[in-house]
Amino acid sequence: MAEGSPPHVAVVGAGPAGLAAALAAAARGVRVSLIDSAGEAGGQFYRQPAAALGARRPQVLHHQWRTWERLRVGLAAHVAEGRVTHLTDHHVWFVEGQSDGFTVHALLGPEQERPVAVGADAVLLATGGYEKVLPFPGWTLPGVVTAGGAQAMLKGGLVLPGRTVVVAGTGPLLMPVAAGLAAAGAEVAALVEAADPRTLARHARALAVHPAKLAEGARYAAELARRRVRVHVRHTVVAAHGSERVEAVTVAALDGNGRVRPGSERRIACDTLAVGHGMLPHTDLAEALGCRLDGTGVAVDEEQRTDVPGVWAAGETTGIGGAVLSLAEGRIAGLSIAARLNSRTPDARSYEAAAKARRALREFFAVLDTVYAPPAHWTEQVADDTVVCRCEEVPASAIRQAAGELGAGDVRTVKLLTRAGMGWCQGRMCGPAVAGLAGCEFQPSRRPFARPVPLGVLARAGDTDSADETNDMDDTDHQ
Amino acid sequence: MRSPLELVVARPGPAFTVTFDDREITVLPGQTIAAALWAAGITSWRTTRGSGEPRGVFCGIGVCFDCLVTVNGRANQRACLVRAEAGDVIRTQEGTGHRGQRQQHG
Ligand SMILES: Cc1cc2nc3c(=O)[nH]c(=O)nc-3n(C[C@H](O)[C@H](O)[C@H](O)COP(=O)(O)OP(=O)(O)OC[C@H]3O[C@@H](n4cnc5c(N)ncnc54)[C@H](O)[C@@H]3O)c2cc1C
Ligand code: FES
Repeated sequence: MAEGSPPHVAVVGAGPAGLAAALAAAARGVRVSLIDSAGEAGGQFYRQPAAALGARRPQVLHHQWRTWERLRVGLAAHVAEGRVTHLTDHHVWFVEGQSDGFTVHALLGPEQERPVAVGADAVLLATGGYEKVLPFPGWTLPGVVTAGGAQAMLKGGLVLPGRTVVVAGTGPLLMPVAAGLAAAGAEVAALVEAADPRTLARHARALAVHPAKLAEGARYAAELARRRVRVHVRHTVVAAHGSERVEAVTVAALDGNGRVRPGSERRIACDTLAVGHGMLPHTDLAEALGCRLDGTGVAVDEEQRTDVPGVWAAGETTGIGGAVLSLAEGRIAGLSIAARLNSRTPDARSYEAAAKARRALREFFAVLDTVYAPPAHWTEQVADDTVVCRCEEVPASAIRQAAGELGAGDVRTVKLLTRAGMGWCQGRMCGPAVAGLAGCEFQPSRRPFARPVPLGVLARAGDTDSADETNDMDDTDHQ
Repeated sequence: MRSPLELVVARPGPAFTVTFDDREITVLPGQTIAAALWAAGITSWRTTRGSGEPRGVFCGIGVCFDCLVTVNGRANQRACLVRAEAGDVIRTQEGTGHRGQRQQHG
């Protein structure tokens, strides 16, 4: 940090967590570079239609709009005052730790070829998560999309995937997705939920601390009832049918053990299946920095610090828990960063309310996690010829063979034997499925980079030990 | 039927055209290539390298790479991330997308 200039934090991710952190830190004299691959701030929850689409009432596709307005207005004010620089369309592929700070390496623009480097004293990772989908026959057909993806395309591009949609899988995201698609004009033929949300009642204590969350669920249920969406709980999609695109799905009831009840199969005509089985945190950048994970998320302390000095993490990158928890974690991280970069200990009273919300919401989502689980015997529905790794087109039979005949006992060995997880997405889509089919534990696989990087960029990045040498890059911001 | 555009009372800027496999399609400014293709009723624009299966959007947020497409002769662009521009020449991507790419320019 140069003498006299304010400390500088690079916040990666402009969703609820990154925004809350950026605002809290900027209000306390920290210079913030807010870096995101999207063209607009908001992340997944507050994903905005492109400005050129001229949406006058984007709020009808959203919840907690007032919170978003506060974030948006706050961001605009800090940007105008020069305290926050919002770098859009910046895909971060690597964060490099140095003795005196960090360099955030990004690729610019949708085609992601121009390299950019941003120097900072500290880094906050607020990269959110992505949806998990377990395979079933037909899941690679066009028209089968992730539930969150359908929502993202609707909120961002104002488009629908088709006219008649089945929403299926498990998790609290399915209800808002079904309600959103129905409001936008899709016919939602069915909402198929593997769990039985009624079992939530057994966890009354953890739920009682958060009445707002329960009310939200009840509102969605009422909305779906009003739109005459049929909700099938303890049901699952066993197959999607079609040749060029999905034309129908087969759903079936689940018994108490999570097995399909023989004879309960029923076909539903549709042109779209929006499906999801929960979410996973994005941890690539944290792992490359050497941060410890806790389960599938980045491990953090009370102040949202990772175990790598100078690196904080907030929001769903530390564990799945929704937008309100992400906001609370982001705020705490921002306050901690502002104090720590000025060599102070943050006053715990300054984030008491956020810490209380964080505790209650983490408890609430721990309960949701036990209620919303994929059917226990989902692998029984995966036919041998079902493609599991979408990128490398590896069928279930190959994974079963690797684990059975060839004795592979972990995902890495299965990958080496079958190529599952070696393709473009680097196992992000098939990781949990491969682990389930091979009968081994799912672990986030370490990836050297968070994004595919052109070789020319890599070759040059190798030379950039000193700030001077990054001058040929487009947006060098070293201090 | 209600549409997403009606729902949010959208007043988009002037529409423009792009081509998809030589067919002209109309696009609203700000939409990604994936959104433009969906709006035109197109859900697949790639065939896989191995068995030539059709694919389109899956994750919708740039993670899965199922939506790869060739845009103005450049293969392997993620349609869900790249915004459509007037005059774009968009083509179904076959396999790795590197076969016959030269001829696809302009
Ligand atoms: C597709 C999708 C749709 C969802 N829709 C809803 C919904 O409608 N309702 C709901 O309640 N919850 C939804 N969720 C859950 C949602 O993720 C959380 O509720 C909330 O948005 C989490 O906030 P966050 O700040 O942790 O992360 P996010 O909101 O996910 O924000 C993370 C940000 O980081 C950016 N980013 C990630 N990696 C990089 C990188 N390497 N370089 C640069 N930028 C990067 C992303 O572009 C994104 O803007 C959705 C999740 C997904 C994956
Ligand atoms: S749909 Fe997954 S990357 Fe575009």
